[in-house]
Amino acid sequence: MSASSQSQGPIVRWIDERLPVFSFMQHELHEYPTPKNLNYWWNFGSLAGIVLVIMIATGIFLAMNYTPHVDHAFNSVERIMRDVNYGWLIRYVHANGASMFFLVVYIHIFRGLYYGSYKPPRELLWWLGLVILLLMMATAFMGYVLPWGQMSFWGATVITNLFSAIPGVGEPIVTWLWGGFAVDNPTLQRFFSLHYLLPFVIVGVVVLHLVALHTAKSNNPLGIDPKSDKDTIPFHPYYTIKDMFGLGVFLIVFMAFVFYAPNFLGHPDNYIPAEPLVTPASIVPEWYLLPFYAILRAVPDKLGGVLLMFGAIFVLFALPWLDSSKVRSARFRPIYKQVFWIFLADCIVLGWAGAQKPEGAALLIGQLATAYYFFHLLILMPLLGRYEKTKPLPESISQPVLKS
Amino acid sequence: MSDTAHGHGGGDGGTRRDFLALAGAAFGAAGAGLALWPLIDSMNPAKDVLALSSVEIDLKPVAVGQRITVKWRGKPVFIDHRTPDQISKAQADDKADLKDPQSDKDRVKKAEWLVMVGVCTHLGCVPLGQKVGQPRGEFGGWFCPCHGSHYDASGRIRKGPAPKNLEVPVYSFLNDTTLRVG
Amino acid sequence: MMKSVAFALALLALPVVAASAADAPKPAKQDWSFSGPFGTYDRNALQRGFQIYKEVCSACHSLYQVYYRNLEALGYNEAEIKALAASVEVQDGPNDNGEMFMRPGRPYDRFKSPFANSQAARAANNGAMPVDLSVITKARAHGPDYVYALLTGYKAAPAGVTVLDGMNYNSAFGGQQIAMGAPLAEGAITFADGTKATVPQMAKDVTTFLTWAAEPEMEERKKLGFKVILFLLVMTGVLYAAKRKIWSQIH
Repeated sequence: MSASSQSQGPIVRWIDERLPVFSFMQHELHEYPTPKNLNYWWNFGSLAGIVLVIMIATGIFLAMNYTPHVDHAFNSVERIMRDVNYGWLIRYVHANGASMFFLVVYIHIFRGLYYGSYKPPRELLWWLGLVILLLMMATAFMGYVLPWGQMSFWGATVITNLFSAIPGVGEPIVTWLWGGFAVDNPTLQRFFSLHYLLPFVIVGVVVLHLVALHTAKSNNPLGIDPKSDKDTIPFHPYYTIKDMFGLGVFLIVFMAFVFYAPNFLGHPDNYIPAEPLVTPASIVPEWYLLPFYAILRAVPDKLGGVLLMFGAIFVLFALPWLDSSKVRSARFRPIYKQVFWIFLADCIVLGWAGAQKPEGAALLIGQLATAYYFFHLLILMPLLGRYEKTKPLPESISQPVLKS
Repeated sequence: MSDTAHGHGGGDGGTRRDFLALAGAAFGAAGAGLALWPLIDSMNPAKDVLALSSVEIDLKPVAVGQRITVKWRGKPVFIDHRTPDQISKAQADDKADLKDPQSDKDRVKKAEWLVMVGVCTHLGCVPLGQKVGQPRGEFGGWFCPCHGSHYDASGRIRKGPAPKNLEVPVYSFLNDTTLRVG
Repeated sequence: MMKSVAFALALLALPVVAASAADAPKPAKQDWSFSGPFGTYDRNALQRGFQIYKEVCSACHSLYQVYYRNLEALGYNEAEIKALAASVEVQDGPNDNGEMFMRPGRPYDRFKSPFANSQAARAANNGAMPVDLSVITKARAHGPDYVYALLTGYKAAPAGVTVLDGMNYNSAFGGQQIAMGAPLAEGAITFADGTKATVPQMAKDVTTFLTWAAEPEMEERKKLGFKVILFLLVMTGVLYAAKRKIWSQIH
């Protein structure tokens, strides 16, 4: 197992001398020194990568049977569900896979928040992750339009209309996005094209994310840098087997949805063919976009809402500098440890508010949660870094008990 | 060096570990392989395609001497309501020098009805001869314009590059006037 | 400007807006043969439900995504399916003269729709569009329970409620006023198997049929799901043991 390419067969050596793929694998997987104390929250990065592969694979085969035309899209999806061999399985894996992708990535992000994985020297790693999130949102949104149900159509209408809030050029931009004067066939076709393209862009950014990771090295639950060989273990086999086990658990959850509750995470209205003259009683995005939807609706001003919603993501780019604490892990930050959970709860409240009709108590709760979201990131984080009394850090990973 | 620091086990522990790791890897590989099957199978003909894999044709309106073309599995099927002359000519040619020897009676179920896939066995063009006025080749059958293959009144290859006779599809007569192809 | 026009048009289509049933009361849970991880469709209920659809619903409601060939799943044989398909005339063509013509239906045809297009459907129904029923149980919250509640929800309007002209009172429908008249009447159907055609019985059977129409893959899905999850449980168990063993060297 520890054999280097030198001790392997002549063919491997021949290839490796010309194209060092085997040395690369050896270096990045086997020798890559990984902190020995990573917990199961560190499983979600590789899990997200696997879900991305599942999404691309199922998507390619769905595209072989899907027709991006307003007259045929809905029927071609039903044909996939009924006539194409295992079409129902491929579509349900793809549809539920989108939800699973976001679930996994959100857990991955909150793990980064808890353990301070965005702090130096991992700022660019964090940035690339946020770029992936933005690309995922765009891809998921456009993918949701493709079945051309009522939610597809009206979701597309509402979200593209966000751009009309831009002063002056808003209307021309929306017309340009639509390729017409309403969401129609040209819109569907370009969304299909982009929905096929963006996942490969995501793959590219994921590669950069990994390069940045392997340059800055993995953070760990203690948030301190490895000091000696005693603190690290090779990625393979220790973390490959741990990731495999995590994948198994994840797939059980994923497949339970696919086979036994395939439409649980979807909206019934999307099984009604798109009808441009009839708006559904309430338009709600998929669950993973609800917190942002709540922020959008928290402001009674169109431009303000749009700016705030995009601001909610872009403020995360500034987090490595907003959080001025030198200590990474929340384990040694008694106050941050508390407010982290409050922030997580706040995001869940935002998600709940996004699913409600924007009126009365739900609207007020959404507004308060929005205010807290920005308060946490813009005010609490800088202040905590300055005034929080952190616990003393351990000497090293292999000796987590404090030596004094 | 990490190897020396932690060792890779030996003795019983190592065997057991290797066995478990191997079993886990086998499960993973088997699962991934099985998961590929739905994707591959989705490229096979779908149920709506298979539903059209047989067609029923009403032969009543087809007069003696008339040739009609029907679409079956995305390909043309030639149906020739042969005249007594054509039948005897086709049968007489059984003794001719045939590239792909086959007697006329082996190519039909009823002598007056010749049913064939209208795809040239050379490179897949559709031969001429179905419509009145089209060239029927030197043997009174069909003529493929792409590379000059001549088929006789039984659809057998007689001249030109095509290697085989025009293919006879699976078909049956449901009754005297209804033909089922496929 | 564009938007106000669209809005006005949307108002005109109000009966359909109401049909989205977003504010419909939560329907009572029914006991279905197909619920649960091992549920299957009751074949007799499917055949009775198909008969109800054919004799009652199909007068107004299409079932566009279903083909006659699909009836095999209900237990009909090839000859029966051919006869059922041939009982309708469908348009085909154009023929060699460029004309469309009518011919008897074939197994590979879609279920014949009662109206040529949605405009004709609206025109024949006071502007209300009878929805396609192909995926109706997936297109409504609490699908089968909702359809059952709707079919059995026709009641006399309570005192103080004015039912609009051309509308009917239905306790299960969002807004309680529905354009569709009560479709099921006691004894309206004679079932071949001797089942008594009560309204709840018919509602149950036709709902079972419509659930099958919406999810014909359901039995196959649940069966395959059982195998997949069993496989994953064993695999994950082995992986966990391997992980424990490999990590036992790390202290």
